[in-house]
Amino acid sequence: MTGIINLSQRQLLKGLGLGSGLVLGVHIGTHKFPFGEAADAAEPADQQFRPNVFLAIDETGLVTIVASRAEMGTGIKTDLPLVLADELDADWRRVKIVQSRGDPKYGDQNTDGSRSTWQFFGPMRLAGATARQMLETAASQIWEVPVGECRAQNGFIVHASSGRKFAFGDLATLAATMPAPPTDRVRLKDRTEWRYIGKPHPIVDLDDIVHGRAIYGIDVVVPGMKYASIERCPVYGGKVKSFDPKAALVVAGVERIIEIPATPMPTGFKPLGGVAVIANNTWSAQQGRQRLRIEWDYGPNAGFDSTIYRAELEATARQPGKVVRNEGNFDGALGAAAKRVSADYFVPTLAHAQMEVPNAVAHWVASSCEIWAPTQNPAQVRQTVAEVLSVNEADLTVNMTLLGGGFGRKSKPDYVAEAALLSRMAGVPIKVTWTREDDIEHDYYHAVCAQHLEAGVDRDGHATAWLLRTVFPPIEATFQPHIVYGSGGELGQGVIDMPYDIPNVRCENGAAANHARIGWYRSVYNIPHAFAVCSFVDELAAAAGKDPVEFLRELLGSPRTLDLKALGLLVDYPNYGVDQLAPKIADDYLIDTGRLRGVVDLVAANSNWGQPLAPRQGRGIAVHRSFLSYVAVVAQVAVGNDGEVTIPRLDMAIDCGLVVNPDRVRAQLEGAAIMAIGNTLYGNITFKQGRAQQSNFNDYLVARTDITPETHVYFAENDHPPGGVGEPGVPPTGPAICNAIYAATGKRIRSLPVDPKLLKA
Amino acid sequence: MPQIKINGVQHNIDANPQMPLLWAVRDIVGLTGAKFGCGIGACGACTVHMDGQAVRSCLTPLADAQGHEIVTIEGLSAGGMHPVQRAWVANNVPQCGYCQPGQIMQAAALLKQTPKPTDRQITDAMSGNICRCGTYQRIRQAIKSAAEGV
Repeated sequence: MTGIINLSQRQLLKGLGLGSGLVLGVHIGTHKFPFGEAADAAEPADQQFRPNVFLAIDETGLVTIVASRAEMGTGIKTDLPLVLADELDADWRRVKIVQSRGDPKYGDQNTDGSRSTWQFFGPMRLAGATARQMLETAASQIWEVPVGECRAQNGFIVHASSGRKFAFGDLATLAATMPAPPTDRVRLKDRTEWRYIGKPHPIVDLDDIVHGRAIYGIDVVVPGMKYASIERCPVYGGKVKSFDPKAALVVAGVERIIEIPATPMPTGFKPLGGVAVIANNTWSAQQGRQRLRIEWDYGPNAGFDSTIYRAELEATARQPGKVVRNEGNFDGALGAAAKRVSADYFVPTLAHAQMEVPNAVAHWVASSCEIWAPTQNPAQVRQTVAEVLSVNEADLTVNMTLLGGGFGRKSKPDYVAEAALLSRMAGVPIKVTWTREDDIEHDYYHAVCAQHLEAGVDRDGHATAWLLRTVFPPIEATFQPHIVYGSGGELGQGVIDMPYDIPNVRCENGAAANHARIGWYRSVYNIPHAFAVCSFVDELAAAAGKDPVEFLRELLGSPRTLDLKALGLLVDYPNYGVDQLAPKIADDYLIDTGRLRGVVDLVAANSNWGQPLAPRQGRGIAVHRSFLSYVAVVAQVAVGNDGEVTIPRLDMAIDCGLVVNPDRVRAQLEGAAIMAIGNTLYGNITFKQGRAQQSNFNDYLVARTDITPETHVYFAENDHPPGGVGEPGVPPTGPAICNAIYAATGKRIRSLPVDPKLLKA
Repeated sequence: MPQIKINGVQHNIDANPQMPLLWAVRDIVGLTGAKFGCGIGACGACTVHMDGQAVRSCLTPLADAQGHEIVTIEGLSAGGMHPVQRAWVANNVPQCGYCQPGQIMQAAALLKQTPKPTDRQITDAMSGNICRCGTYQRIRQAIKSAAEGV
């Protein structure tokens, strides 16, 4: 259930820094957009009330809102409080945002899957509206007028007919004595009354960031803290056989050498193990580390070679796989087709390379541990650290700092557990700072993927048959190595959710054993699947002799929703967590081909589609739904005679339903485009003898300002509930670029990264 | 013991003269605005000014910084907003913000030397600074708007 409770008199708030006055706690249950629901009969009535959003208004009128999600650059620390402040009708200049700790009382804090806005939009509104209504009630009691005559207005409660008004702070103490109204009696604003939602808004940390005052995990200092740098086995699954610390110990500043025992595979979220050098500054620890002499047992992946592995995956992709979606008769329709098209696609292993390397500070005292970490998932920090220290989660305090980028890497708390273990062993507060080489060589990589596609086209150029076979090591293999097939969630990222109006469809998944530590990376398996699907659709358009935009419109068919569950899919399709996190709203988030068509039309209309270009220039289009939002991209590329690709312009149209902060949505798409350009043109992790062959920005290349296109972002304006924003811009950008390369050169890119040698004039 | 002037204040730093300025500034002096990103001068997150020039503090040994004026993001503007910082705010440049002190120091050095940079000059000056959030378009806009105001 969702509920709101007045916590003003409760002791449990001590230490939260919320002050006195009116304090509300909100428990977030499931929500039907746009209104929070009243009591849910399915939940037991005696369920303990556990507030997970906190709001306080003190006697000075200062409104304090607790931000409980992780801020890694999306702007969520600003945008969710903005929603609450709008419903409250607070004066934004009198709003203070406090970053929460990582604590179960805040409910789900796992900031991933592009879901903070759609998950918390309703509850934040409800919290703000409840507080507003309590202040209005307090004013009506003092003035002895009907509450309906009292209205909130930018930090005041106003009685219009008499012209009287109270500041929020004047009413906070009285409101604190009242019960919170039941949620079904709370009046939410009409959207025409919104003052903040839907308008561009700067992030709250902007001033601190530009002055170098913003505190990320790597900036945390604790008195008496020592600095650790850890040498880990270069091969995943290896461990220390023996080591000689003597040369390291003579480095000035080095104080101790501590071995961290290796976690046997599967390592999951736990530390890889290795040898830590503890020093009185970071550089000395790194210098000492270079002088360690370690003999490794490289373990079972010592022979892993990504070239051989690729050949294995591609061979698997050419064999029949496990059928995961099947409609009509693919084989029959292909046999009857006028034209048959087939192609193989490959996307290599990628690294996150977020700018702030993994790091954490831990301070073990007696039997408890305080932690400061840049983490996307503080609950996982608590669970993993409790496991490796063999303590109760209640003995842990987890402070959430700003994140210098996350992209999924900081959903995994191995680096936090390293700091916790070392602090206990060393008896002092420890800061662990990874080097960039550590980060690139020991990432939770984005997994490699090989795909085989086949399709049939009839005489009129209509697609009649579609086969997609995907082969990739599933992320679950990092936790259960025997898992070789993708989960429903993974296959729902561009395989079984294929939205096109094709009567005969078969999707298959081939088995792939895993040999590296892999994990979620911004937009996850949508990267390879959108690359293959959107590229192959462009190949079909060419085979049909049609303009790619026209062909896409035809392929999408008349607007309809796809309920994949109703199609009798052979795998569970969780639809980005909607089904599990908020089953009541799942119907609001079915795949809607009309919305795909909408963004195609929007981007085509704004990108000069169809206008002539110079030789060796071209435009390409791609459209993809992910994380409950729809994005279409037109890329304009120019390919030099030497094969070098430049991208003068990108046009991106998004339908993410309701937009809270258009400037941040724009920023997320601009950034997604840059990340996708890196994935498409440069990213490539390879392994020889089990070791990643890349180690830093000199050999793991990412997009820089020189490749930055002029990027335009367009919004489909509608009343749909909010979808995700952080990730959906990534998947269609890569194939749009590759389709543009085809338009410019007639050459298909089926393997990433783009190889300029193949594009020479 | 290396003596270095940082943001106008003389510091006697008790460290190996080969220690990179970045780690001395962060771990010993206690200024955390300059960030670690790569340690090999390939990302620009650690950029500071040495006698007004942008340098990678992760590759600048204390010995080389001795006798020079070092300015970090914390000292870029005495009490107020440098035009580049104002432009960064006006254009809402940062996302996670981690690389931005380095970007701002690089841009400020560029504009000091080249008050009205061309697109090409912006590209040349800023290509050493990585932003994984992908704020490059806004960085370029901000540099241009700062140039207008200079």
